[in-house]
This record gives sequence, C-alpha cells and structure tokens, in this order.
Amino acid sequence: MKREVPLIITAVVGIMYIFQYFVPHEPVSRFSDWFSDWFGIIQAFAIWLGALNLMKLSLLKVARRKKDWMYSLVTIIGFAAIFIVGIFFSRGANFQEPGTRFMFIYDNVYDPLSSTMFALLGFFVASASYRAFRARNKEATMLLLAAFFVMLGRVPVGDMITKEWLQLPHWLWLSNWADWVMNIPNTAGQRAIMIGIALGIMSTSLRIILGIERTFVSGD
Amino acid sequence: MMKKALSISLFLLVFPVCGAASPAWAQDAPVDSTTVVVAETPPQLEAPAPVVSVEAQDTPDDAGKSITISWELSADDVAGRRNVTKYIILRSTSPDGPFDTVGSATAGMTTLTDGQVDNGVNYYYKVAALAGKFTPAGEKLFAGVASPLSGAAKASGQWFHIIRTARILPWVLVIGISILWFINVAKKGKDLYVRPIAGLAEVEQAVGRATEMGRKLVYIPGTQDMDNVQTLAGVTILGRIAKLAAEYDAQLDVPVSRSLVMITSREVVKEAYLNVGRPDAFNEDIVRYLTDDQFGYAAALDGLFVREKPATIFYMGAFYAESLIMAETGNAIGAIQIAGTANASQLPFFVAACDYTLIGEELFAASAYLSKEPKLLGSVKGQDVAKVLILIAAVAGLLLGTFKIADISGWFQV
Repeated sequence: MKREVPLIITAVVGIMYIFQYFVPHEPVSRFSDWFSDWFGIIQAFAIWLGALNLMKLSLLKVARRKKDWMYSLVTIIGFAAIFIVGIFFSRGANFQEPGTRFMFIYDNVYDPLSSTMFALLGFFVASASYRAFRARNKEATMLLLAAFFVMLGRVPVGDMITKEWLQLPHWLWLSNWADWVMNIPNTAGQRAIMIGIALGIMSTSLRIILGIERTFVSGD
Repeated sequence: MMKKALSISLFLLVFPVCGAASPAWAQDAPVDSTTVVVAETPPQLEAPAPVVSVEAQDTPDDAGKSITISWELSADDVAGRRNVTKYIILRSTSPDGPFDTVGSATAGMTTLTDGQVDNGVNYYYKVAALAGKFTPAGEKLFAGVASPLSGAAKASGQWFHIIRTARILPWVLVIGISILWFINVAKKGKDLYVRPIAGLAEVEQAVGRATEMGRKLVYIPGTQDMDNVQTLAGVTILGRIAKLAAEYDAQLDVPVSRSLVMITSREVVKEAYLNVGRPDAFNEDIVRYLTDDQFGYAAALDGLFVREKPATIFYMGAFYAESLIMAETGNAIGAIQIAGTANASQLPFFVAACDYTLIGEELFAASAYLSKEPKLLGSVKGQDVAKVLILIAAVAGLLLGTFKIADISGWFQV
C-alpha cells in the first residue's frame, strides 16, 4: 500500500492537471491553485527537516572533531545567529522591515556574500570560454568562428571595421553577420532543443502517471 | 490649498454639465460623456478625437468573470498624429450610467480585459481617448471625450478551451498514442532499438572510477523542488546511479538544496541499496540538506569540491546561474563530470565545463536507458517517433510557407 497510494495520488493529480489545460471552467480552473497551496504547506513543514538535518550533521562534525570541522562551526554560528536575531530581536512578524536587526544582517552580510558568489561567474565564464573556443577539431573551430563574429558584431568596433574602414556593402557588416547567426542557426537549434524537451516532459509525465516509472516511490 | 479647492468647486458650480461631444478637463479623474471636472485654470489642451466604436464581449476560453473590450483607435492616435496619451475604460451595469473607471490602456492599444465583473450580469462600456499635459505646478491634466456606448456584454465560463482543444489535443493524442503503443510493444518482449547516448554510456565507468580512486561520487539533483519535472527526472536517475554505487561500493554523497528533494532522494537511495542487497551500506546521511539559497548552495558545493576532491560529479536536473560556478570548480579539481538539464540557457555552460552533457530530452530519457527496462525504453522509442512526426510537420510547414501555398504557423499558436 505504501507504494500504491502515492502512485494513485500521482496519477490522479497528473490527469487533473492535463484536464485543466483544456477545461477553463471552474472548479477545474482552480486545480493548480489548490495543488500549489498544498505543495506550499508541505514545503513549509519540510523545511524543518532540512534545517534539522543540516544542524545535526554540523553538530556531529564539530563534536567529533572530524576533518574540516571548523566550517561546520561557522555554519552553526551563522544559523543560530540569524535564527535568534530574526525570531527574538527583529520586531516579530515585521522582521523584514527596513531597519530591523535581521535586515541589517541580510543587507550587510548575506547580500554581499551572495553577490560575491554571483560575481565569480564573470571569471568562470572567461575560463570556460577559453576552453570551449580552442580550435581542437572541426566543430570547435566552427564554434570559435561563430563566437568571434557574434562578439565582434555586437560591439561598435565590429561595424567600424566593415562599414568605415573596409566600406563593405550593408549585408557584409559584422552586426548583420552576428544577427544572422543569432536569429537563424541559433534560434533553429534552440527550438529543436525545446521541442525535444517538450516531448521528453510528456514522455516522463506519461510514465509517471501510468505508474511505469516508480523509482521515486519507496516500496517498503 | 483651501483657496484652490474652493475655486475648483466654484468652477464646478458654474459649469456643471457639458454635452456628450464637448471637451472635458480632468485631473486623473474618470471622464464620462455627461460629467466634467474642471481644473482651476483650464490649460491650453485640446481633447483628442473621440473613439467612435467600442465592442464588449465575454472573454473566450476562460473561467468566466471577464469581459474583453475592444475599440477603434482615436483619429488622433495614428501615425503622424500622436495626440492621445492613454485610453480609459468606463463601465456601468446600466446604459444610462453612472460609469466608473475600470482600467486604462496606453496609446496604440485597442483591447483591454476587465476581470472585475460578475457572471451573468449585463455590462456597458465606454472608452475615452485622453490627451495629457503637465501644468507648471507639476499637476497632470487630461482632456478627453467618451465614446458611444458599447452593446451589453455578459461574462460566462466555458467548459472547453476551443483553441487548445482544436490545436493541441490532436498532437497530445498522437504523441501519447505513439508512446503508449511502443510501451505495449516493449511489454510483449520485442527488442527495440534506441539510439545510444554518449554521456549515459560513460555513467558506469564514472562510478567505477570513484571506487578505484577511493574518492566520493557526488550527485546533484538540480536546485529546484519536487514540483519541477526536471528534479523528478534527476531523482529518478539518482535511483539508477545509487544502484551502481551500491554495487561498486562507491562512496555516494547527495547534497541537496530542498528539503522535499532530500526526503524523496533518501527513499530512492535506500530503495536502490536494498534492491542490490546492500542495506548495510546505506546510511541516511548519504543524502543531506545544505541550503535553499541559490548561491549559498553553490558556495557550499564549491567548498566540498575543493576540500574533498570527488572523483565523479553528476549534475542532473534544473539549474540556473549556479551551474557554471559548480561545473567550473568541478572541472578545476579534475573530476569526471556528467551533466543533464532541460534549461536551455545553462546547456552551453555544462557543455563547456563537463565531460558529457545530456541535452534537454536526453535527461528525461536517461532513467529509461540506465534501467534497461523494456517498458521504459518503449516510451523513449515512442518519444523518438513523435519527434519524427513533428519533424515531418515542420518540413511540410517550411515547404508550404516557402512556396507560398499556405501559412500553417497559426495552427500551432495557442
């Protein structure tokens, strides 16, 4: 039963979602709102399981002085600090208002740390591009050439070379080359991927609704 | 302030009513054909030509409680005469009024949906084209004239979305039947050829590598929750990889970013270890929660990668900007990396940083490939056949459009 009940719920909910796409009338049109509300409620309870799991593992690591235990200590201190400040010292339910201690930590610790991680992307894009654009074979060389024209066509110097210096006809300006690459082959490739994804989602959904794919349901 | 208010009141008393076609001065107030609000000093602002035709009808293919109003542009809202600032929509339940403002539309717009109506009640609409201007004091003034009355419109809900049913349902049925048919064929024991996918052929080798090196095998089922189909696919693939990890005695580590994913993944991994007869090797801390925060999660994983140098890393599910931060760090430590996502914008990053990448649909097919179960492989075969049908439709549409025989692009718009 532990396996069958979740499979039946999954199938019923899946079919209701499909039904809703074609039937806009109430109460059918409210199905997704109801399920979203339920999901939100379950999520709210489940967050405690996650938080407790994080604390349990971190405390055990510190208590047993496992390798790199000091990082876990930072996690525990950070968690406890934001939790205590948020609950007890930040105007209760209005903790997200400007000027609370919670928002002070958010603005001066969390936000800069988050931005720092995001900023790392700039460096990672450079290193990944360097590897991706090395002309190791035919495909990589085509990628390199396409990237070269698109990048150059997207900055003013691209058109300056083809328009001002070489005085080429309009269709040979680098900005037009870049637009062509982005609008024709790139869009075609993206659409092919999107059609494949849509079919993949449909196939997966059917497998789950019909109970053929049941890996995500425990059997014992 | 008091003096100004008194002055306005005096103007209202002196000029209480104007005819339907008379210009009206208003301060962000509703403009009705029979109501005029007068400012302290009328500015030099001319009312634009009125809207001459308004239609109101029940919004099609919806749940009700909505009426769509459409109108012809004012003669002053066309190329070369851009004197209209906005249109305001007035509504009443009686043709004689009173009319309330229920919405506004910018110049150039010809439709607006009024979603604040009750089903089964007759509503009447007018549309006023307004010209606006700032006074030296910074107040915005409008001048405009309301249109003639629309016909009565009544909102109601529809039982079938006609466009979706006509344009999408046949495709859903054809593709669904194709998938079901091949699942049935596979059930009967017929061998089905399914095209190989390079990334999946390397999964076993990647798991074996972690065992040989005595290092961790890290599996990341995306950064979204269980309501995302990609996460579901990622968790399903985790079940197959956990089986391999249990068989090879590899040290599996599944750090997740959502509590519900943690609970589900834990069940999946436990089931996998039980299925291969290794319940002793299962420890529920194999699947652990880190944080819901996108970049906090990326930072935690980067730290894990750098400190513990896992031999193999799988990324299977939905990813956003954190994908490259994680994949580049994994690349820097020399781990074998296999990624799969249906987020098209993240695919280039994974392709650049990982050894193998499952592109879009391959993520959804991966579970079937790894399980080698005929029924699951049948669904992949059905999916491939559906793709051929769509390809045929695309080529047909291309030819019909190119040779100007017919434009069928509208058939796919919903």
